[in-house]
Amino acid sequence: MTAEQIIFLLTGVLVLGSAFMVVTVRNLLHAALWLVASLFGVAVLYAILQANFLAVVQVVIYIGAIAILFIFAVMLTRRQLLESGRQTRSSWWIPALLGLLILIGLVSLILSVPGLDRTASAMPVGLDTVQALGTALVSPDAYVLPFEVASVLMLAALVGAVYVASVDKK
Amino acid sequence: MSIPLTWYLILAAALFCIGLYGVLSRKNAIAILLGIELMLNAVNINLVAFWRYLNPAQMAGQAFAVIVFAVAAAEVAVGLALIISVYRRRKTVVADEIDLMKW
Repeated sequence: MTAEQIIFLLTGVLVLGSAFMVVTVRNLLHAALWLVASLFGVAVLYAILQANFLAVVQVVIYIGAIAILFIFAVMLTRRQLLESGRQTRSSWWIPALLGLLILIGLVSLILSVPGLDRTASAMPVGLDTVQALGTALVSPDAYVLPFEVASVLMLAALVGAVYVASVDKK
Repeated sequence: MSIPLTWYLILAAALFCIGLYGVLSRKNAIAILLGIELMLNAVNINLVAFWRYLNPAQMAGQAFAVIVFAVAAAEVAVGLALIISVYRRRKTVVADEIDLMKW
């Protein structure tokens, strides 16, 4: 067992444990904070995978923007479910059973495919992944079209969000 | 890099299933969106792990992960705006009670 494997296992426990708390804890504000812990664990995984840019983006966008949006939404709509009643459906065991079955299916599928237990080869010498990603996102023979479509989607979604959430002035 | 690829895939599968359970079992619409975030993150772990283990010089995995980030941000912005708008009109965030368009 190398140091890298130990770090991976600790991070995995952090990610899965916080994710479990996100879906089970009663107070939604706490669930949003557990989501931050889980997302931070995923950022650590990106760092282990040497995806430097994505690790930073994960912290900035997911933790910095999305989790804060969630906390705002919880604050704006609170007091409703907090004191009264249960947070899960009465038939919560059906989703639990479904999730467990899908997990068993996926794990057995992953273990049955040959060649997936490989370890990573060393990074190619002289490859700057941040620069390569930036070039790939704007070069016409790579991913400029999906990238631009994503930015238009983003713009439309933000304008739509502002419109939907605005107060009617009638 | 002494971690087998299988570990990442199993971790992502477990994270996806936890998110799926959250989406299907929670009553609160915001909690359902939290579950969706977990599922999107599981997909991203898979994309980045395959990028690193198969061909790091080819940036497809990371480029698609970036696009998943953008889609996730758009989805959260629109979803939370809808939830806040519904809450303002109907004073509820319970997904079962938002049934205006049923029938």
